[in-house]
Amino acid sequence: CGRQPGSIVGVHVHCYPNLCPYLFFFHRQEIMKWNGWGYSDSRFFFNKKGQAEFTGRRYRLSGLIIPGLKDWFESTFGASLQHKTPATVSPILNSSAVQPPTLNEAFVEELKSTGIPLSHDAEDRVFRAHGHCLHEIFALREGKFGRVPDMVVWPNCHNDVVKIVELACKHNVCLIPYGGGTSVSSALECPPEETRSIVSLDTSQMNRILWIDEKNLTAHVEAGIVGQDLERLLNESGYCTGHEPDSMEFSSLGGWVATRASGMKKNVYGNIEDLVVHVKMVTPQGVIEKSCQGPRMSTGPDVHHFIMGSEGTLGVVTEVTMKIRPMPEYQKYGSVVFPNFEQGVACLREVARQRCAPASIRLMDNEQFKFGHALKPQVSSIFTSFLDGLKKFYITKFKGFDPNRLCVATLLFEGDREKVLQHEKQVYDIAAKFGGLAAGEDNGQRGYMLTFVIAYLRDLGMDYYVIGESFETSVPWDRVLDICRNVKARIIRECKDKGVQFSPLSTCRVTQTYDAGACVYFYFAFNYRGLSDPVHVYEQVEHAAREEILANGGSLSHHHGVGKLRKEWMRDTISKVGMGMLKSVKDYVDPNNIFGNRNLL
Amino acid sequence: NGSVFYPKRDDFEDILEERRNSSDLRYALRCYIPVLYKELTPCKASELKSMVLQSDQLRYVINQVCKETGMAADEVQAEAAAILEEMAHRLQLSTIRFFAFTLSKVFKTLFRSICVNEEGIQRLQQAIHEHPVVLLPSHRSYMDFLLMSYILYTYDLALPVIAAGMDFMAMKFVGEMLRMSGAFFIRRSFGGDKLYWAVFSEYVKTMLKNGFAPVEFFLEGTRSRTCKSLTPKLGLLNIVMDPFLKGEVFDVSLVPVSISYERILEEALYARELLGVPKPKESTSGLFKARKVLSEDYGSIHVYFGQPVSVRSLAQNRVDRCQFNLIPRHIPRKPGEDIHSFVNDSAYRLVRAQEENMVLKPWVLLASLLLQNHHQMQVAEQKQEMALDELTEQAVWLRDLSRQYGAFLHWPGTVQAQSSFKTLLKINHGEPCSTVTPEEELLNQAVIILSCASYRNQALHIFLRPALLASAIHTASSSNKQEVYNSFSFLRNMFSNEFILCPGATVQDFEEACYLLVKTGALQINQQEFVVTERGHRTLGFLTRMLDPFLQGYQVVCRFLCEDATEGLTEKQFVPAVRKFIIRHILTGFCRLRYTEVLSSDLQKNSLAALLRLGAVQKLKGYVGVCHPCTSVCFDWLRQKQAS
Repeated sequence: CGRQPGSIVGVHVHCYPNLCPYLFFFHRQEIMKWNGWGYSDSRFFFNKKGQAEFTGRRYRLSGLIIPGLKDWFESTFGASLQHKTPATVSPILNSSAVQPPTLNEAFVEELKSTGIPLSHDAEDRVFRAHGHCLHEIFALREGKFGRVPDMVVWPNCHNDVVKIVELACKHNVCLIPYGGGTSVSSALECPPEETRSIVSLDTSQMNRILWIDEKNLTAHVEAGIVGQDLERLLNESGYCTGHEPDSMEFSSLGGWVATRASGMKKNVYGNIEDLVVHVKMVTPQGVIEKSCQGPRMSTGPDVHHFIMGSEGTLGVVTEVTMKIRPMPEYQKYGSVVFPNFEQGVACLREVARQRCAPASIRLMDNEQFKFGHALKPQVSSIFTSFLDGLKKFYITKFKGFDPNRLCVATLLFEGDREKVLQHEKQVYDIAAKFGGLAAGEDNGQRGYMLTFVIAYLRDLGMDYYVIGESFETSVPWDRVLDICRNVKARIIRECKDKGVQFSPLSTCRVTQTYDAGACVYFYFAFNYRGLSDPVHVYEQVEHAAREEILANGGSLSHHHGVGKLRKEWMRDTISKVGMGMLKSVKDYVDPNNIFGNRNLL
Repeated sequence: NGSVFYPKRDDFEDILEERRNSSDLRYALRCYIPVLYKELTPCKASELKSMVLQSDQLRYVINQVCKETGMAADEVQAEAAAILEEMAHRLQLSTIRFFAFTLSKVFKTLFRSICVNEEGIQRLQQAIHEHPVVLLPSHRSYMDFLLMSYILYTYDLALPVIAAGMDFMAMKFVGEMLRMSGAFFIRRSFGGDKLYWAVFSEYVKTMLKNGFAPVEFFLEGTRSRTCKSLTPKLGLLNIVMDPFLKGEVFDVSLVPVSISYERILEEALYARELLGVPKPKESTSGLFKARKVLSEDYGSIHVYFGQPVSVRSLAQNRVDRCQFNLIPRHIPRKPGEDIHSFVNDSAYRLVRAQEENMVLKPWVLLASLLLQNHHQMQVAEQKQEMALDELTEQAVWLRDLSRQYGAFLHWPGTVQAQSSFKTLLKINHGEPCSTVTPEEELLNQAVIILSCASYRNQALHIFLRPALLASAIHTASSSNKQEVYNSFSFLRNMFSNEFILCPGATVQDFEEACYLLVKTGALQINQQEFVVTERGHRTLGFLTRMLDPFLQGYQVVCRFLCEDATEGLTEKQFVPAVRKFIIRHILTGFCRLRYTEVLSSDLQKNSLAALLRLGAVQKLKGYVGVCHPCTSVCFDWLRQKQAS
């Protein structure tokens, strides 16, 4: 029991240790898909027998057969393996389809003289022109490219960034910072109306841990480092940040700061705003940073909060001092089955009330429970399958849980062994009061694995007429059940109204608990056979779902950010005065809109 | 001649037919398995009560009351429990079965048929499965809610819980029977009583949200004594919309139901009541005395279940639901202006939906014609007779006209028509008049006229808008479109307590009226000028005469207020005083009061309400006072219009 401390859930860290200790080279497309999620070698496919398999060697699921997926896939979406929609362009990008770059010659000349690496290769540019919204990936699969950056630069350190920003200001060039590229808010899309040369500032080479301060438990890190590298390198010294957003394989520290990211284990370690001690950001007006590393300051509004969530509109985060913790001695997964979602939510609420949430606690609804179930890999021993059968019998027949209503909470405990076991007991005791039954570590672990492979599954769906996406919100406790019910129902109704021929998958989970509320995540996917413009339909439904979220007291975003996708609701969200405050900061810091990605405002 | 507005309507099926051919007992005892709300968590009536008493909403208000009055919490809690006890229904199937049996017997004696649109039933069934449902029947008779439950039982639909007035509860045995058949009782007025309101609204919301049963209530609040739809009351509609607006349910379906009686059981009672004979107190013994009605023929009933209306779609782009984000939802708040106007508009829409699906029998049109004829003859001091042939000709003309206006007519074949007319005439002259004094003679005559008017009133919603236009054309100083519109707008505003006229829809109503009159060839519009066509005179004449009694009613009330009202006239004294004033004037033949109809207290109350609304009259601490200049203006205007 327990997993190897420090390793990322289900992820075997990539296999090129001798070549380079970091994930990204200059040309990350060499190991990553350019028109889908994640590593090129990892993908789902249906084999000749019609069984789903996951390729590669990186994940726990890699190389395994998933027998239940096909049936789940076909029955949930009304999809069929006969009806395929493979990406219309080959896996190799056709660079002739990309617009030639608009270059600011003077800028390029001066930049070249600094020796900072740059490229206007079509592949490099296309790769940095998008995040992972459905419409972005769908367009790429069809070989359609909109406005893409005209050039990519790879600064190596803070001073490189200072030079780049100075030159950009001097020559009036538009800069778009690029970290891990995992945005789901259209934040990386180049504004089509931008006439200046657009330069993508790729922070991936700024990936060093500059120092570790064991007395204060802080680490000073360059902002381009991606989550898995940061965690692995700190682990080597016996530390961790504990910040594990679902995208941590690819997303970067600077990106977390710029979007106010949240990690799965925030109950122990905190969200990014709790972890950051000091930030350095390069803006057109110069560098902003605090003069000391005091743990808390009363010096007017915290300027860090102008930086956190600025989404690349004010400057580039270059270096961050972050809290670190000794690696936990012990980790344990767990899961609880509840007779229904209502009871599950009531249990989470009670856990939050008693402030005894484990490192992570998530509650999946019935649809998602079934989804998770369908992802069970083929069991090797008869004994395991016998046990599974017995468990199922116990829960549904003996305990009388309705398989179409029950739901599962997945848990992750962390700390020293004794405390974990104590904590575990406390949580299971609370769960029991709400009719929850402990359902084993395995179910828990599989729940978290789902997080890492879900994005790969979307690519599989897109091969068979199924498109989907996830979105999130935060909401006060008393509204959790209402928002879940209403948003799911709204999605179903909108799909019907918009002519979707098959009933959609509309599911949710509560992924974080707070004192005053929770974070809710929605998954939504449908079979688009028979629709002429599926992406448009998709966007209309997502739009309606967001309106429903707002009408039910949910926030515009818990951690994905606003980008350009959710801009239209900003004014209502933070009020006219609030908008004015943000605008005036932008006007002062970046009067010429050098950081012109047009996110947020 | 094809109809202009002719919405597609479902066919009817007579549910009594089967009752006449098979055992009532077996019917009452048959297996009953209704389709229920898909998210229903089954709970007993007693569990429901404790849910209400333990709700955050109620706990909050109890706390508040404690603080305000200094009472102990458990005392207030006990009071709340007592209120709930007095209010709550105890729906049980056995009582429904008892009613299914007895009502079968009664209905077969009283009515020739009870016709229901089956497609509507299917839609309702679907709606009950999908969302919490609110049933909104029109209210013309005590029969209404028993009839509704009877029909739902017949079609295996979930039995409703029904908001009923407290007066029923006073009937000892019957009150309890009704309670067991799903009625819950609310006090008629509980204005400032916070605790009562909290218990009541929470009780209704709990039943609705959990899908316990469809909630049924009458938008009009009370039985319409005139067969005209009443201005909707908003209290309960506010309550049932609240769970949607606060996100507690995904949607709520509102189902308007139109119940059209060929002849209403309380017909004669109503006319007397309007003339000032007080309404008998509901009592069980009274009910038994009323059993003589069993010997009479009340024709057929048509019940039309309308299209379910989704509160969600009503509220789309109308209400900003975010307004509930910043205050805990269990804290009671007065609805804001936007919510109020939304609920009000919705209420009007729903009442209009009820009106639209009301089935009109031939009598209704004949009554309209006979009343007009009666008045014309009276003016001409001729004998009040009309040849049957002439009446038939006029009836056919009116039938065609009303069809063109989209009326939902139930017209028997022509052969029967004549005999039907005879039946009507029998009804009209059926009242023996043993006259004593001129006043009594007048009142006796008024009973007949008001009964007759209650038939005509059923068709009012068909002709209302064109009639307002016809009167506006008739009275406007020129035939200029703008002039006519102004006149129309004035009349419409004046009458908005009298008829169902959606607030703020003056332009739409005007255009609808123009459309109908132009389309049917009664009117031409040449460059902003209205021209009445040759054949249009008959139509416009008919339409104008339709509104005349109402105009005269308002005029006489104005006159009373100007000439006769003493200072310190209370609202209670108003009706008797104005009645006395009218009787005196009619008997002395003064001021050309032609319409006995103006004796209707309904008309008088409505006109007072209108004058209050328009600011012509003021209410000071319960007294009704007149703002003289203003009233005189109204009065002058009305007199002038009347004269022209």
